[in-house]
Amino acid sequence: MATSTKTTTDEFIKGLWKENPVFVQVLGMCPVLAVSNTAINALAMGLATAFVLIMSNIVVSLLRSFIPKEVRIATYILVIATFVTVVDYVIQAISLDLYKALGAFISLIVVNCLILGRAEAFASKNTVVRSTMDGLGMGIGFAFALLCLGAVREILGSGSLFGVELFHDSFQDWVVMVLPSGGFFTLAGWLLLFNWMKQRKAKKEQSAALTLAGEAAQ
Amino acid sequence: MNQEPLWSIFINASLVNNFVLAYFLGICPFLGVSSKLDTAARMGGAVTFVMFVSSICAFGIQLLLVAIDAPYLKLISFIAVIASTVQLVEMFIKKFSPALFRALGIFLPLITTNCAILGLALFQTNKGYGFLQCIVYALGAGAGFTLALVLIAGLREKLELAEVPEVTRGTALALMLAGLLSVSFMGFGGLGG
Repeated sequence: MATSTKTTTDEFIKGLWKENPVFVQVLGMCPVLAVSNTAINALAMGLATAFVLIMSNIVVSLLRSFIPKEVRIATYILVIATFVTVVDYVIQAISLDLYKALGAFISLIVVNCLILGRAEAFASKNTVVRSTMDGLGMGIGFAFALLCLGAVREILGSGSLFGVELFHDSFQDWVVMVLPSGGFFTLAGWLLLFNWMKQRKAKKEQSAALTLAGEAAQ
Repeated sequence: MNQEPLWSIFINASLVNNFVLAYFLGICPFLGVSSKLDTAARMGGAVTFVMFVSSICAFGIQLLLVAIDAPYLKLISFIAVIASTVQLVEMFIKKFSPALFRALGIFLPLITTNCAILGLALFQTNKGYGFLQCIVYALGAGAGFTLALVLIAGLREKLELAEVPEVTRGTALALMLAGLLSVSFMGFGGLGG
């Protein structure tokens, strides 16, 4: 449950960094790995997921007092599936190339555990405004993480970013980064970086606490 | 209608285009249930069964949807069928093998949100497989999923005893293992023709 002292801005901020869905909670991995081979695919997927997340959070939060407890998961899934169908047709209308590149993974947003997780853990217990902010924060955090992965994979794997060539012709592409295994390695790399930062912070706090205790003893 | 021979479908689904290592489907159980060999194998079995049943159902639904001309209902009806199949399997296992039911725990209902199963249903309709091809495709995908799960569980059991740097503990290490497995599965490329 969210505590009452938290402002709506806090609900928005937490999804961006402290509770980032990909890097911290490790949720919704399938699309993260599958469509992050170029930055543009990653960004499109991130935005599509963010849209579904925000809309489903709003609807679930609006209906939270009408949905019986026993069938709540099924209801959430139906709500999510409806919005995913909308997104599917919208992307098809905007850009057929993008639609082909993302393929079945647009439909697979339905089973993204992040969306169901937020509906169950947050939207079903909070007001509409809070849920919208939560969806917005989590959605942008998710899109940001996807973009991080997509950018690294595209720069190393094909020497470009958003389709713009970055290096001289003599640059040898790291083909493995565009292949499936590259997705695993890149995500592992980012997680390592985050673990390392967390560890360093913990160590710093520990040593600060130790010096404080030492000074107090003197 | 797609004329791909059955053996080629099986090899393709299980090895060349392995659902976990090439399509990234079903990563959640792949990372979540893969710390013990025994549970991993059982989970693989349950997923294969759900795949088999929902593949048959999805084939029927697709025929129906084409008949009534309502393609926009595809996603919603597929997910509803998968959810009820999982519910059925859960009741069945609970009745006939309570021990297995306890061993699988929370991961049994979570099969509903396993993208490998919805992915299978979508791919088979996209590829336009016939009835027999669908069944073989589901079995191949299930076998591939089980294989990947068992392989990584074996590796992680060994790593429990190894001394690794503290930063790499947990998900990061599992992902690196998965990356290496994925590289080795690329060796099967071109096998299915």
